[in-house]
Amino acid sequence: MKNTDTVIEIKDLEFSYEDSDANKTDAVLKGINLCVKKGEFLAVLGHNGSGKSTLAKHLNAILVPKNGTVLVDGIDTADENSLYDIRQKVGMVFQNPDNQLVATIVEEDVAFAPENLGVEPSEIRKRVDYALDAVNMTEYKEHSSGMLSGGQKQRIAVAGVLAMKPEVVVMDESTAMLDPVGRREIMDTVKKLNRQEKMTVVMITHFMEEAAQADRVVVMDKGEIVMEGTPKEIFCQVEALKKIGLDVPQTTELLYSLKKSGFKLATDLLTVEECAKEIETVFSKIGGALCD
Amino acid sequence: MLKDITLGQYFPGNSLIHRLDPRTKILCIILYITVIFCVKNFWGYGVLAAFTAICIISSKIPFGYVIKGVKPILIFVIFTALFNLFLTNGRVLWSWGFLKITYEGVRLAAFMVLRLFFLVLGTSLLTLTTSPIALTDGIEKLLSPFKKIGVPAHELAMMMTIALRFVPTLLEETEKIIKAQTARGADFESGNIINRAKAMIPILIPLFVSAFRRADDLAVAMECRCYRGGENRTRLKELKMTTADIWGWLFVTVLAVLVFTSNILL
Repeated sequence: MKNTDTVIEIKDLEFSYEDSDANKTDAVLKGINLCVKKGEFLAVLGHNGSGKSTLAKHLNAILVPKNGTVLVDGIDTADENSLYDIRQKVGMVFQNPDNQLVATIVEEDVAFAPENLGVEPSEIRKRVDYALDAVNMTEYKEHSSGMLSGGQKQRIAVAGVLAMKPEVVVMDESTAMLDPVGRREIMDTVKKLNRQEKMTVVMITHFMEEAAQADRVVVMDKGEIVMEGTPKEIFCQVEALKKIGLDVPQTTELLYSLKKSGFKLATDLLTVEECAKEIETVFSKIGGALCD
Repeated sequence: MLKDITLGQYFPGNSLIHRLDPRTKILCIILYITVIFCVKNFWGYGVLAAFTAICIISSKIPFGYVIKGVKPILIFVIFTALFNLFLTNGRVLWSWGFLKITYEGVRLAAFMVLRLFFLVLGTSLLTLTTSPIALTDGIEKLLSPFKKIGVPAHELAMMMTIALRFVPTLLEETEKIIKAQTARGADFESGNIINRAKAMIPILIPLFVSAFRRADDLAVAMECRCYRGGENRTRLKELKMTTADIWGWLFVTVLAVLVFTSNILL
């Protein structure tokens, strides 16, 4: 029976890259079980080599599982006949903004996917306008992509994916090569898509601040899922995260160090405002003592 | 300095020339090039210059920007001119030792320079006013009748699109590599030609490696966007001929007629 709330269902996924030495012990993914729910914002966190990008490539059948299954909207990704249905449903944005734009002109690049799908020209026009509007790039539609900043290029890449009318957008470390401004642009765009367009987003990242903004976080290490929960649940486990080589958001880090040095405060606060307020209340309670 | 290359770069705009159907523009350019090589006297070049000037003005692209396209081939032009100037036999105008300049040589050199100049101006006007996608669409449409005899029209067009798309990216990359190698003490300016050619190797190898990596990334990104060749592909902008195209055709035909009559009459 198909669960209507689930878009992507991953069962016991195992994968290893073909090696000429046939060193089979080097499995990249070792039994992943994961469900992506419709409309959620899921972050997959992990340091380099944790298998998070390999996992991402399984979501739209670029890679096919060695063992286990990946179901996208009930379709098995191993079924070659529905390859393009799967890729249309799961759009993917990659790391390097320069290497994923096909056409020189912004709107022609956004039109690339619907052109491939054989959509009617008038409908392509609508989709391109919608997608550019969704990423706030309408005014650049006739610009040459070479002149744009990294963040803008990456927003075009997101628009190019949106023009396929996907059900899920996968961001495979799409902010890793951007400057802080570009990173914020992309995060704002993605959050807007998730909130306003009810788009399901899977964000592969190693930036804690980005993962902290998701609905749910999955932490990967050495090809396995080691933690799963809301950002607050995940980031209060500071020791466990540090053990697998990950940092926690700066706010959590600060609260955690304060707690360690004896202050009584909550450590599961993620935004700067929440954090500042907590420190303020705690310090005002003991303020008298500090003033003396 | 590498970014100055205007050849093959699109200059966005909405002028009459921009709006012409790419098929019209491509066929007109072919006719234009044929005309360039058929001109036999300076009257013909006058007509050609007037025609080219009208085209550049109506394209609303700054004149200097179009001229910049000639810069990269300047050395080539100078060499061609010198060879023609000194190595043509005929009525001697001036001689010194083994060097001699003939009347025919001067004429031929001037013709060669003008030909190359107009050739580059015309073709860069084509690429400046036609977006690469429109250009490749045009080529694909023009070649599609030959698909039956095995011409891979769509594949050729797609290759061109991608090549043009990556020109600025790879130029930028080349500059970065040159700077990086210079910072490590590489010397590109001194030594004879062989040494200088050897100095290019540390630039070319990283460039190739990175180009292959980019190609790989792009292939995956294209597959993710459901690319599967030219079958059943539709277009955002369907090509269609308008009255402007008819005027374009007439204009080029007038040029051809003028030049050919000047060849016969003068």
